Amino acid sequence: MSAVAAQKEKVVAGHPIDQMLRHDRLPHILCPGCGIGPVVHCYAESILESGRHEDEHVCVSGIGCSGRAAGYINVDSYHTTHGRAIPFALGIAVQNPELVVTVISGDGDLTAIGGNHFIHAARRNVDLNIICINNFNYGMTGGQAAPTTPTGATASTTPYGNTEPAFNLSYLARAVGASFVARWSIFHVRQLKEAILRTMEIRGFTFIEVLSPCPTGFGRANKLSRGLSMMEAFRDRCQVENGAPQIGPLTVDITDTSKPIVLGNFLDEEREPYGPVVMGPVTKRGPAEWAAVRKTRYDDERHA
Amino acid sequence: MPDDIHSGADSVNPFALRQPMDLDNAKLPRGQVHIIPERCKGCDYCIVFCPKDVLVNAKAINAKGYHYPVVADGKENECVHCRFCDLICPEMAIYTEDLSGTEETE
Repeated sequence: MSAVAAQKEKVVAGHPIDQMLRHDRLPHILCPGCGIGPVVHCYAESILESGRHEDEHVCVSGIGCSGRAAGYINVDSYHTTHGRAIPFALGIAVQNPELVVTVISGDGDLTAIGGNHFIHAARRNVDLNIICINNFNYGMTGGQAAPTTPTGATASTTPYGNTEPAFNLSYLARAVGASFVARWSIFHVRQLKEAILRTMEIRGFTFIEVLSPCPTGFGRANKLSRGLSMMEAFRDRCQVENGAPQIGPLTVDITDTSKPIVLGNFLDEEREPYGPVVMGPVTKRGPAEWAAVRKTRYDDERHA
Repeated sequence: MPDDIHSGADSVNPFALRQPMDLDNAKLPRGQVHIIPERCKGCDYCIVFCPKDVLVNAKAINAKGYHYPVVADGKENECVHCRFCDLICPEMAIYTEDLSGTEETE
């Protein structure tokens, strides 16, 4: 028994995942070795495998390189203002709870410019899936230091090394009340896809931090000038600790080669998502009436 | 590291050297590599991270001047359709097709 002899490579014009992409815009504008492509690919495959119709998926993104993701995904998508991807997505998710709303954006957009939106959406547990592509700097504007730039790393605004400590995004998301927190890298595409599929099932605020190579913005200044060198760092230094109870010490420092990078699905605790507030007609109520309203509302919630 | 397990004959655990019972019947999946050369930007992820080292850089270049990947000489039947190149490619420029279902009878 022998299989059909495979040929050498077959040159074709399209990819099977092109059905979920606006393939007339490919090849995309992103640099060689950028990690946004694999995230878009994993997200597109997850849509196909999610069991939900593609019209039920919405992709929202902010400004930055990763903000381009919404432009390449062929589902209903929004490209919003800087840092405001979560407020737009919150409106969509609260107005139509049937939709699966995914925010694909960068670390600067989500946690620096839009930091307050992020923490309050997580606090309310709005039904959103956040995919935060962490490339350790502001890539599109020329490699400036971001809140995620590791201490000591060189960026175009920190030529003598960054003096600030870096944000631990997974720890932040867990602390402010996310239902699902995971951290994967572009090298761990299969686990990333499984995590995205899981977040599509969960009702509530989910957060996936994706460590991504940024050869042009971050890498050139830090001796990681090819995407490959950062990918090899992910391959050699990453440890998987699913369900790690203490994410706090697990900061990501891509430039310090002595420390491991800890990845995993850190938290998976589904809880009641934020729903639209039911507003009654405006009537004048005294303290006794308000007490009755509060009592019914809390009783309803308790017995729901 | 587990290297010391295999370093000396005294420390070899015979139960660790068993072979799978269905080794003779097990079949590796087979894949056919498909490439879209004009999308490639030459990041080399597929070439370096292919577990079977099936791919090499082409001598030719595409319109943007990048050496896209091609299947190495003599590795035509090595692809096991693990899809890692497909998932990891930032440009959606490579994919593999499962050939296991299209077997000829002997």
